[in-house]
Amino acid sequence: MAAKPKVAFYWCASCGGCEEAVVDLNETILTVVDAVDIVLWPVAMDFKKHDVEAMPDQSIAVAFINGAVRMSEQEEWVHLLRRKAQTVVAFGSCAHLGGIPGLANLNTRREVFDTCYADVPSLQNPAATRPQGTSVQDHLTLTLPEFFDTVKALDQVVGVDYYLPGCAPPADLIWGAIQAILAGTLPPKGAVLSPNKAACDVCPRKDSKPERLEIAEVKRVATHIADPDTCFLAQGFVCMGPATRGGCGSRCVEGNMPCRGCFGPMDEVSDQGAKFLSAFASVLAPKDEAGIDRLLDQVPDPTGTFYRFSLPTSLLRRRRIGVPV
Amino acid sequence: MATATFEPRIVAFFCNWCTYTASDLAGTARLAYEPNAPVIRVMCSGRVDPQFVLKALEEGADGVLIGGCHPGDCHYQEGNYKALRRFRLLKRVLKDFGVDDERVRLEWISASEGDRVQHVVNEMTNQLRRLGPWRQARS
Repeated sequence: MAAKPKVAFYWCASCGGCEEAVVDLNETILTVVDAVDIVLWPVAMDFKKHDVEAMPDQSIAVAFINGAVRMSEQEEWVHLLRRKAQTVVAFGSCAHLGGIPGLANLNTRREVFDTCYADVPSLQNPAATRPQGTSVQDHLTLTLPEFFDTVKALDQVVGVDYYLPGCAPPADLIWGAIQAILAGTLPPKGAVLSPNKAACDVCPRKDSKPERLEIAEVKRVATHIADPDTCFLAQGFVCMGPATRGGCGSRCVEGNMPCRGCFGPMDEVSDQGAKFLSAFASVLAPKDEAGIDRLLDQVPDPTGTFYRFSLPTSLLRRRRIGVPV
Repeated sequence: MATATFEPRIVAFFCNWCTYTASDLAGTARLAYEPNAPVIRVMCSGRVDPQFVLKALEEGADGVLIGGCHPGDCHYQEGNYKALRRFRLLKRVLKDFGVDDERVRLEWISASEGDRVQHVVNEMTNQLRRLGPWRQARS
């Protein structure tokens, strides 16, 4: 029997949703397991780092890596997998763009630790314990991975061959990618494995978008119930569709939630947040500073909203270190 | 920190119909001003994509100056209003990235205001000299 191609799944700074997405293949996953040999999948199977280290270089056909890189341990793992795998796929928004963990780039390690180990109201930490690189206890030295100031997307650490976008990637795109890999019909390297079309272009509410969009009041899903059939931007909701790649199946829109931008930008765009900022500001109605500012005050966190998934891969990548919040 | 030898590099996006013409006027009127702001001519201030501003900063500019027609004077009716809305929103986002307020500036300068080009470029250059270089922290 010919050896089946070896496949690895790994997680870095992520929530586990991408693992769920693989399981969401449902019975299709049995077809996947028939076709490939899974050699690493920490969420489901017991393999250790030394098992991977023992494999010959390039012996894994594909490594699907989800999550952002925010700690030295993750950096070591992705270098190891890059060496062992012929093809590396950045799986999901965090590996692709930096994702939600990447919003920590608006702060520094110290600020994150201040919040997590000192300021949280529900916290009890009387000894003011904080994670240390190395600590000695009973003559034993304990080493913890380093927590970086800056969260990175996967391709800012190792070379990435393909990107599967989404938070989390939908089952049909995952299955399509696996089939293409097995059949050897992948597009040129560097491709995002979803059509290069804006989410608006494939939106089920596309026909309700007026010829000329104009926003006179900004609405939020927290305070307003959206009409289930009308373009969100036409209703005044911040919807990232114009600056976001489609192919997601419009799952959020079908659930009456505006697009949050998890598929990242189209190929031609280098900064998704800036591109959305540009589109959104241009359809606001006011023409004078006071009127504009009044409307902008209705968007409480523009940076966190426009760069929700893409801050580490934006042009400026992070808040400048040394500038207080 | 600013040093005696630091000369800021400012990228200036001037609209074809007003501010670029004003800088031409400043030239023909032989108004001397700081050479720190090479001009990129765009057809309208509304053409300035916020990505241009971020790209300039990312590639080493210390400041970005956008010049357009006064409100009501846009050759394309509304382009400068678009520029203003983008600018007001971009400034909020730049604050979160830790970009100092003085580094990105929008000015309305009409075709007849050559002296205004001189004044704005001199003023911004001096402000940035005091502020020092923009070095995006990378780690």
